Amino acid sequence: METRIKKKRRAFVHTDMCVACGCCQKVCPLNAIQIWNGIWARVDETKCVGCGKCAKECPASVIEIQEVAS
Amino acid sequence: MKKRWYDYLWIVELIYMMLGFFNILFAWLGMVFFCIPLIISLVWGTKGYCNRYCGRGQLFGLLGGRFGLSRKKDIPRWMKSKWFRYGFLVFFFIMFFQMLWNTYLVFAGVQNLKQAVTLLWTFKLPWHWAYHGTLFSPGVAQFAFGFYSVMMTSTVLGLITMILFKPRSWCVYCPMGTMTQLICRVKNRKHVIVTEQK
Repeated sequence: METRIKKKRRAFVHTDMCVACGCCQKVCPLNAIQIWNGIWARVDETKCVGCGKCAKECPASVIEIQEVAS
Repeated sequence: MKKRWYDYLWIVELIYMMLGFFNILFAWLGMVFFCIPLIISLVWGTKGYCNRYCGRGQLFGLLGGRFGLSRKKDIPRWMKSKWFRYGFLVFFFIMFFQMLWNTYLVFAGVQNLKQAVTLLWTFKLPWHWAYHGTLFSPGVAQFAFGFYSVMMTSTVLGLITMILFKPRSWCVYCPMGTMTQLICRVKNRKHVIVTEQK
């Protein structure tokens, strides 16, 4: 029988380029992304479902949606 | 998502920009937009102002988002580089201090009041209709003209990058955003080192 590995999607932030503007946390429907100490955005991996809203909104385009093995 | 009172601060920004067309002395109110982000970052070590209360960012978000006045393209890589962001911050600082110097010269009586708004640090727009005299020194009005020029210039730059790139592209190179992020970095440096080592 063919085994299918179900891949989940998550948002990843390129923290070195993040400007911590907070546009991402405003659009996240699950409150899964927060600005950490005014420095960069941090994703809560337990909450993020990789919907991509933050990546679309990010003015610096530093958020990527990647597949992760669950 | 539920709207909060601070989601409507774009109205304050809009009113502020409009008041400058009627009486330039209202430009002084803009000091609030300069002081609050700095106080938040210095006291709490967060970018709470950018994240929640920035009316300018909200206005760009609204115009570029809901009103569709943005191409929604990625901002060029060089514009989000540290070199450009910190370079722009230094440039903004120099121009700001030059404005303060001009204000001082008017206060000292060396220069006459110039009833003009300087756009993009170059173009002098006549703005005499918004000046109805001041109870204090003409220097008070000179600062208002200079400060309003700073606000107008950043709004125009923000609108241009809003149209060309994503709605809130201004946030990427906003000098206040860069400065408050720098303050947060310094204030939370111990946590940053720990996180970066992970």
